[in-house]
Parts: sequence; structure tokens; C-alpha cells
Amino acid sequence: MMDFIRTPLRFVFDRAERGLALVFPPEWNPLLNLGALGFFFYWIITASGIYVYAFFDTGVTQAYDSIEYMTRDQWYAAGVMRSLHRYASDGLIVVMLLHFIREFALDRYRGVRWFSWITGVPVLIMVYVAGITGYWLVWDRLAQYVAIVTTEWLDHLPIFGEPIARNFLSPDALESRFFSLMVFMHIAIPLIALILLWMHLQRVSKPRINPPRGLAIGVMASLLVLSLVHPALSQGPADLAKVPGSIGLDWFYLPLYPILENWPGPVTWSGAGVILVLFCSIPWLPPMRKTQVAEVNLENCNGCTRCANDCPYNAISMRVRSDGLPFESEAVVDPSMCVSCGICVGACPTATPFRRASDLVAGIDLPDGTVADLRQEVEKICQPFKGKNRILMFGCNHGVSMSGLKQDNVRTVSMRCIGQLPPSFIDYVLSKKLADGVVLTGCSENGCHARFGTRWTDARIARERDPQLRRRVPRERLRVVWAGRAGRGKLDTLLRAFTDDLSALPAEKPPVHKASDRKKLMELADG
Amino acid sequence: MVRLLQFAGQGIIYAAAACLIGYFATAPVYKQFPEGKAQIKLSFAHGANRTKACRRLTSKEIAKLPPNERRPNTCERKRVNVQVQLDVDGTRLLDISLKPIGLAGDGPARIYRKFAVEPGTHMVIARLRDSRSTEGFDYETRREIFLSAGQNMAIDFKADAGGFIFR
Ligand code: HEM
Ligand code: SF4
Ligand code: SF4
Repeated sequence: MMDFIRTPLRFVFDRAERGLALVFPPEWNPLLNLGALGFFFYWIITASGIYVYAFFDTGVTQAYDSIEYMTRDQWYAAGVMRSLHRYASDGLIVVMLLHFIREFALDRYRGVRWFSWITGVPVLIMVYVAGITGYWLVWDRLAQYVAIVTTEWLDHLPIFGEPIARNFLSPDALESRFFSLMVFMHIAIPLIALILLWMHLQRVSKPRINPPRGLAIGVMASLLVLSLVHPALSQGPADLAKVPGSIGLDWFYLPLYPILENWPGPVTWSGAGVILVLFCSIPWLPPMRKTQVAEVNLENCNGCTRCANDCPYNAISMRVRSDGLPFESEAVVDPSMCVSCGICVGACPTATPFRRASDLVAGIDLPDGTVADLRQEVEKICQPFKGKNRILMFGCNHGVSMSGLKQDNVRTVSMRCIGQLPPSFIDYVLSKKLADGVVLTGCSENGCHARFGTRWTDARIARERDPQLRRRVPRERLRVVWAGRAGRGKLDTLLRAFTDDLSALPAEKPPVHKASDRKKLMELADG
Repeated sequence: MVRLLQFAGQGIIYAAAACLIGYFATAPVYKQFPEGKAQIKLSFAHGANRTKACRRLTSKEIAKLPPNERRPNTCERKRVNVQVQLDVDGTRLLDISLKPIGLAGDGPARIYRKFAVEPGTHMVIARLRDSRSTEGFDYETRREIFLSAGQNMAIDFKADAGGFIFR
């Protein structure tokens, strides 16, 4: 059922991401930086907010004039700050909603990821409340509308003895205590949201909270231009002796206000309740099929910390050795945080297919898809693999679907994440001549479903991160293409070109395993 | 060259996003209230009389009470409904019986209603009953008012101030 909603959404995101990739380099792609952009907008809002607060008069009767002063007399400074404050807030809504829908579309909210989702929901609400209280503070006609509709809506709940909307009945009913409450809330709620955001990131390691500089400059420049060309204005002072009449709503923050205003209270309140319950329970609708989490096999773990460094979800910690082996530490997996991506297996030096068949047990492994299983699958797929320019392609379950590939000379192995592949497998396939060339593919560049699979793979192959791909592996027989789900064409083109390149290569000499190589491997294997 | 084109493309995306944000931050305009009309808002919170008058307790009854709760009178907590009518130019806009709030029915009765009317001069009659009687009204105010288009006039009720307040 959920798949019916997720699949088309995912399709749209994939297409949009590819479209943006035409003009943005992968690390600048806005769709791959939504969370970071959220933080960026948050900081702009904070800085501009502090600035305008210095000019803001917190009395209900003086507030409007103090803001008019900023906008008219100080348009070049406080006025720009006011506009930045408004437009960055609107930008925050846009990126937050996209982030929210995207995590849903990519199915990254169930299983142990529930935590990131559930901490996101109150942030979503608080961002809206912060924006609504912000519009209140201007005390113009829009503020009057917001005040009246908000209080009328709250009055549907039988909790106030006297309807609070009566505070806005007529000019002489207006009191400043309500206004002071709004000023307070407008500052307190974003601060609480920041604390929640900190919790939001507890289960992802090395979260991307700063957008890359190029993207940050572009976003900041467009906000500035917008602020100068189309400055934020007030809509005439509030006057409770008049109806607000026609008003320019901020459709990012207030799209539901016409509904709250016109629909019966029981309908809007139960609607809000249903949506809230739905948002809070969606990670379990239905619950994710349980996958087995990574397991450490102590006798094979040498405490090298690579798995802990590479785990994208902070699920591995290094503890004091418990089994008496002469190593400093051992890896420990927290099952409540592990998403079973297998990236740790790809990081483990003992996960090498060169080990003897009987003792291929990695220091850390996925019980329902072990390294030994992977080696077996590779061997099965390549046995027999005849013909010329034979290509073995490793891909992942979240990238382009590998069924229906047209080329006869290509065989495929699909994994949880390409980061699950220890680089020694590439060496294994080529040196054992199981295939003539190896292709690695997966999610789009910088858009890895398990966050770091593509990044660590690139770094391991470039020999910048352990475990490094051995020098002896002939690079001309290896291709890496981060195609993403929408990258079928890109992948096909690469495969055709690679086939041509392979046929142009001179025939390879039979594999030689130097005795010293073997010894080293055995040492590694023995931990 | 490709890089230049890419930057141009990014510029277009940024411009489109900025236009989108700039536009929807205040537009399209929302007509919250029918143009050329005026508004009358009737709202108050008022506690009506108790359903029964307070009476003196007999000395026997007082003796039955725990010592720290002994008192000369007993009062019913529950209040009667408040009956309200609003007539504008002879048309009855409202005729309603308002229940007291609170689980024991001992709170004030509340109302908050808005009516859109044509601008101009109107004869308004507001009536309210908060006593235990079943007919007639305890308060009635007639007022000729003038409303311009877009004006909002509130009718409040405060028993201490003598009844309905137009403002
Ligand atoms: C201002 C609002 C928000 C900000 C600034 C924000 C920021 C972030 C950041 C920086 C990450 C880490 C991304 C990465 O480095 O891979 C993240 C992850 C996540 N966010 Fe948010 N977020 C916000 C609101 C929300 C909301 C409203 C939801 C949904 C209810 C949500 C759901 C998630 C989920 C499920 C993840 C985890 C993704 C994964 O497991 O790979 N976020 N968020
Ligand atoms: S499977 Fe993935 S999430 Fe689990 S411990 Fe390994 S790297 Fe971390
Ligand atoms: S990568 Fe392997 S050997 Fe290194 S600490 Fe993790 S489990 Fe142990």
C-alpha cells in the first residue's frame, strides 16, 4: 500500500535529481543537501532575527511602527535583514518539506531509522508555530488575521473559560500580554527546535549540516537579490475596528488558515489529530521487515576500528577487549541503531575472499548475507562465464535495477549497498580471471541510500581510505559509475564503452600469486 | 564552456526558486471577507443564575455536615442556560440557548459569532435572559448603528456594565 505512494514519489525525486545534476556538480545538488540547507536557513534566520530584534519594539502598539522604520528608513540594512528573515523562513519550509517527503519516498524512515523520523515530526510542527508567531509580531492586517483565526481555532477546544479570540474583539479589548507571549514563543520555540534537531542527528554519523560552499553562496546570493528586489513589507497596521478583508497570505506557512477559518472546529481538530497520529505512526505502517543486524565475530576482529569509522549510523563502538586476544579493542554493534547496510563488512580487513573457503568468516558480517555467501555467489555467477570482454558488475538494491540488462557479456551481483563490497573482491575477480572487467555501480554520486556507501567505495579505490584497493589491480579493467535509479542510460553507455575498451586491451598474462602475497593475506586473515 | 553553461543553469534554478518564494510569500491574495460588507461580532462569556436559589440550611442539616464544612447556606452549582437573540432590521440573525461550560455546568456560557451585513444604517436589537424564568428577557438593548464597508463592530455583554456593550 505504502509502496503505491512511495514509488511515484521516488520516481519524481529521481528525475528531479538527475535534472539538477545537469547543472549542479554532485556535491552541490540541492536535492542531496536538503537537511544541510535546512540548517543553513536556520542560521540565516537566527542571525537576521537577532539583528531585527534590536530595532523591534515589543509593545503591541509600537511594534508596527518599529518595523515600518526598519523597512522604510533603514531599508538598506534592517530592511534587508527583515527580508532575509522572512525569505529564509520560507526557504526553510520548502527544504524541510522536501526533506520530509524525500526520506519517506526513499523508505528511510522505518526500522531503526524511526528515531530520526520521530524527532523530525515535532521539529516540523515547531517550525510552523515559529513562523505563525513571527507573522503575529508585525501587528499588521495579516497579523490581525493570523491572531483572529488562531485564537478562534484554539477556542474550539473547551479549555479556555473565556474565548481567547475575545482579545481581538475590538480595539479597546486589545491587551499586550498576549502579544508578549507571542514574542516569547517566537524566540523560545526555535530554540527548542534546535535542541530537537540535535537529537534528530544522534543516529547518523558525520551528519551533513553545512551545505558545500558553492551551494551556500548560491543560496545566500539569491536570498539577497530577492530581498533587495522584492523586500518584505507589512500590510497596513492592524485595526480591530475593521475586518482584515483581502490579505496577502504567506502560502508556505499559512496555507491551512483559510481551512481553519471556514471549516467546522470538530472537523479541523480531528483532521489535525489524524494527521499527527499518522505522522507519528508511519514508521510502523507497516513495520520494516526485520533484517539481521551486523554481528562481530571476535576471533576474527583485530580491533582496527575501520568498521566503526565507516558505519554511517553510529552503530559501532570500540570497547575494551573482552576475549583475552592481544588487541587493544573490539568492535561492538548496537542492534538498535544498525540498518544492516553492510558498509562495515566492506571496511573489515578480514573480509577478504582470498582466504581459504573453510575459514572465510569476517570480523564483522551480516548473518543473512555473509562475505562467504557473496564469494559463493560471485563464483556461481562466473562459472561458467565464457566469451570475450566478460564484465562482472557489482550493484546495489537501491541503484538502477540490474535485471533486463541487454549486454550478453555482463553478469551482475546485487548487494545491500555497494559499500558492502570489500575492495579485495575486485582483486579476486580479476586475478582469478573470473571476469575480464569489473564495474561497480550504485546510488547516484553523493546520494547513497546508506549515506556513505558510494563515498567510501570511491575513497577505498582511490587508496585514500582503508581498506585500499591493492596497487596491482589493473585500473583499466575497473569502472565505477554512480548511476542512481534513474541512470539506466548512463549505465548502458558505460557498459558499451567499457566493452570496447576491454577488447582493445592486450590479452592478460595468467595470474601470478607471489608467495609473499599469500603470506600477507594469511596473516591478515589470521587477524 | 560547459562550466559556464552549468553556472548559467544554476543561475536559472536559483532565480526560479527565488521567484517562487518571493511570489508565494504574499500572493495570491486571499479574500478573507466578502468585499463591500461589514461585520457584526457577538461575543461574551457570562455566568447565568443558578438553577435553584440559595437557601438557608436547617440546623439539623448543618449538624450533619463535617465540622470544617459547616455553613449557613447551600447553593446549587449548576447554572441555567443563557438565552440570546439578535435582530437586525427586524430579521432574527440569532436565537440560541447557550449551555454553561464546565463538567458540573457551573461555568459561564460562551458565545463568539460573526455576521456579515450590508454597510449602512441598521436597527439592532440584542436580548438576553439569564434568570430562571422561561420567557421574556432580562436584558434588551436597541441601537441604531451605522457601519461602513469593512467595518467590524463588536457586541459584548457585561452584566456589571448594565448589559450589552456596542463597540
Ligand atoms: C528543520 C528541519 C530539519 C532539518 C534541518 C533536518 C536535518 C537533517 C539532517 C542534516 C539529516 C542528516 C542527513 C545526512 O547527513 O545524511 C537528517 C536526516 C533525517 N531526517 Fe531530518 N531534518 C529536518 C526535519 C525533518 C523532518 C520533519 C523529518 C520527518 C518527519 C525528518 C526526517 C529525517 C530522517 C528520517 C533522517 C534520516 C535519514 C537516514 O536515516 O539516512 N527530518 N535530517
Ligand atoms: S550494517 Fe551498516 S549500520 Fe549496521 S553496523 Fe554495519 S555499517 Fe553500521
Ligand atoms: S573492521 Fe573488522 S577487524 Fe576492524 S574493528 Fe571492525 S570488525 Fe574488527
